[in-house]
Amino acid sequence: MTERPLSVVGHFVTRVDGYDKAYGRTKYTADVSLPETLHVQMLTSPYAHAKINHIDTSRIWDVQGVRAVVTGNDFPIRVGPLVADRMPLAVDKVRYYGEPVALVIANKPHQAKAACNKIKVSYEQLPVINSPQEAMQNESVLIHEQLNDYKLQVEGICAVPNTNIANHTKIRKGDMEKGWKNSDKIVEAEFSFSPSDHAALETRAVRAEILPDGRVMIYTSSQGPFYVKKLLSQFLKIDEGKISVQTSMLGGAFGGKGCVQLEFLAYLASKAVGGKMVRLVNSREQDMVTSPVHIGLHAKVKLGADSAGKLQAASYEFLFDGGAYSDMGAGISKAGAVDCTGPYKIDNVHCDSYCMYTNHPYATSFRGFGHPEQAFAMERTMDMLAKELAMDPLELRMINAIKPGDTTPTQVHLNASNLGDLPSCLRKLKTLTDYKETKSKITKEGKIRTIGISAFWKTSSTPPNATAGVILTFNTDGSINLNCGAVELGQGSKTVLAQILAERLQMDMKKINVTFEVSTEYDPHQWKTVASSTTYLAGRAVLAAADDIIRQLKQIGSVALRCSPDDLNVGQRLIYLKDSPEYNMKIKDVVVAYKYPNGNSVGGLVIGKGSHVVRHLTPLDPHTGFGKPGPQWTVGAQAVETEYDPKTHAYRIIKAATVLDAGKVINPALAIGQMRGGMYLGLSWASRESFSFDEQAIVCNPSFRSYDVMRIQDHPDYLVDFVETPLVDGPYGARGIGEYGVIGMAGALANSLSQASSCNINQLPIIPETIWKLTKGDKQ
Amino acid sequence: MDENAITLSINGRDTTCFVRNAATLLYILREKLGLTGAKPGCLNGDCGACTIDVDGEPMKSCLMLAVEGEGKKITTIEGMKQTTIQSQFIEKFAFQCGYCTPGFIMNCHALIQKHPDATDDMIKNWMESNICRCTGYKEIEDAVKTALRQANQNTDG
Repeated sequence: MTERPLSVVGHFVTRVDGYDKAYGRTKYTADVSLPETLHVQMLTSPYAHAKINHIDTSRIWDVQGVRAVVTGNDFPIRVGPLVADRMPLAVDKVRYYGEPVALVIANKPHQAKAACNKIKVSYEQLPVINSPQEAMQNESVLIHEQLNDYKLQVEGICAVPNTNIANHTKIRKGDMEKGWKNSDKIVEAEFSFSPSDHAALETRAVRAEILPDGRVMIYTSSQGPFYVKKLLSQFLKIDEGKISVQTSMLGGAFGGKGCVQLEFLAYLASKAVGGKMVRLVNSREQDMVTSPVHIGLHAKVKLGADSAGKLQAASYEFLFDGGAYSDMGAGISKAGAVDCTGPYKIDNVHCDSYCMYTNHPYATSFRGFGHPEQAFAMERTMDMLAKELAMDPLELRMINAIKPGDTTPTQVHLNASNLGDLPSCLRKLKTLTDYKETKSKITKEGKIRTIGISAFWKTSSTPPNATAGVILTFNTDGSINLNCGAVELGQGSKTVLAQILAERLQMDMKKINVTFEVSTEYDPHQWKTVASSTTYLAGRAVLAAADDIIRQLKQIGSVALRCSPDDLNVGQRLIYLKDSPEYNMKIKDVVVAYKYPNGNSVGGLVIGKGSHVVRHLTPLDPHTGFGKPGPQWTVGAQAVETEYDPKTHAYRIIKAATVLDAGKVINPALAIGQMRGGMYLGLSWASRESFSFDEQAIVCNPSFRSYDVMRIQDHPDYLVDFVETPLVDGPYGARGIGEYGVIGMAGALANSLSQASSCNINQLPIIPETIWKLTKGDKQ
Repeated sequence: MDENAITLSINGRDTTCFVRNAATLLYILREKLGLTGAKPGCLNGDCGACTIDVDGEPMKSCLMLAVEGEGKKITTIEGMKQTTIQSQFIEKFAFQCGYCTPGFIMNCHALIQKHPDATDDMIKNWMESNICRCTGYKEIEDAVKTALRQANQNTDG
């Protein structure tokens, strides 16, 4: 049978949420404000590490409209997704600048704020741990004295008692001694960058209400409404069925809304006022430091290659700066380890990856989940090795590119389906960027133009039972409602899922209504909307649900059309005989029971359901890392062209390019948008974004006035191309693509500027001062 | 209560509401009038997500008191109907999450009205006040340029 050409998948389709957004009609969490809602204000810590001696809240009652106050002792229970190490409100001591200490609930936001200022907390400052290296070396300062007693929430996280280590992941593959012996050239380097922020434009917000019968209603800007329900249920000891979590569309997330933080606080605040509806919205400053941040890293990398440039051995030490609490940081340190080599064949690998507790704001997932961080270190080292070998950096990557038949650091066997095609990506990148081996060009003004490149890969570190589900219902006009627990955070999932459904049912996109809001009450369970996994997981669930619909339509159609279900096809809003389409009936006449001419009816409602679960994933062996961490590896190659002024060390980013093996591009415009947006986020981070800490680990720049992000003046030209090597079990062959644009940007930018400035730029962010200091260092 | 009645002209309609002297226009638009298109992003004038049009000028509504709005002609995203810039934002995929979009559109709209002949440099300068975290800005720039071009064609024709 010949395959029908695709008519929706792979084609230009505008966003299903386009009009709402361009007309300002999309309702984000903080856009809903019901009368009688009370407002919560957080009091946060002015110190990074301090004992709390006493909290005096007596003066808050001087302020009109104050309803209640909550402090840590009202709920002294440790919570957390991987290690339960964090009390929602600090008890006994604070561990980072900005940590929530108390909540005031009042009628109006300004009243809550005024009252918060009247709380007097007596602190006693403690010595701070201001970097992950200090956390490792200085064992006299413990951030969590009782780490030993903490509850581990998942398998495969290894916290080390009496240290500041929240997780230690080990990778041991091959024979290191042999690897180093076979290496003619060995390079070693250290890399570092401080934590930074997701800085989604919508700050995190939540409303909570406890109903008279005990049901808990949570409305939150979360990437994981089902996950919020799970953690609240576990730590508040409330049945999951009694908790309802609703999420409208998100104003950006970038991983930062996958954590559960404000939801606990809003629940406690509602409880303090007898269950009334309360609203808690982060200020920008709170969103930057009080809520979780983008992780920092200090890394050591050692690479060995033979004289032909073939990689023989690699060793890594990652000290991730997880901040005061482990949240997802412990998982990020694991994800960075399992893909530590990047997309290269290396038989001998040694990696120690640690998530360190420090007195910095705590880290959670950031787009790329350990990979932009790991890739910066690895891709810089690759360029340093290329220089040692006097080889072209692109050629070095080409000859070491990982291929079907090779294994990952955790010894997963790769094949032509579960691994994308890196050599093709590199070849396309060469054409796309007009890459020549002689890379530096001097402009008339004496500026230096260079191209830096990088290659990346990533698997989705999902739990071994990550699932998604879809329910399809019909309207009487034959149009269809797609209900799915995937959250729309801007990535375009709702559009892509509708396209997959339209394709499978051969239906017009206009006849598909996608529900934008997610409710744990009426949507099927979905793990989270993270890890570039929605097109895969929810896409497969859509296909399963569509097939379920087709089966039912054929079944009822066979009764009405007096034939076997096998003789029927479904499409173009009809059920028809394959060989004689003139024998057909309208789908709309079947979906709410089929009625015979005499009035008898059969069939009932047609309701489709489908779900998908990742398969064959395993926890990692604690000693060697052996195991299967994710379903597949998307790969790609990137380039950044800069123009550097050797006099001032200022530079402009001229071009940024990505070639990604997308498996199958479902929506070209959305996919290009994901790549561009990813490149922007990566470039903004690498070129200017970082928290600036003083000696007491206070964040000095928690606002957009002082925390610089890229604006429209700075955007480069973006070049995007795709390779399509199908993932056999992906929907229409599609692989995850959401996070990937960001991964190689820091490495490519640093490689470009390292060439231009002739020094090794191994720290971020790369501001002119960074290069100036390095070039000065070279001269000394 | 420490609130006074003021009358604001918003999207062509006069609305009377009670406001504190210290309340920003953004707060009143959102919390009292239900016009939530203008978004809080920083409450400090840094991100532009709350941009509205006041007497033809783009204004960050977090930097303006509600009481200052009396006697002025205020337009929010809710008052924009089928403008070229809105269609171009949809056509060019100039948003992903959409949170910065109303602010960007109001700012672009003011540019098109005031400077239909804006140069590329001027466009970029004008849009510096707004932050987008999802797109690469290129899409937004394309949308503005096309809308400007169309505005010019309409005037020429």
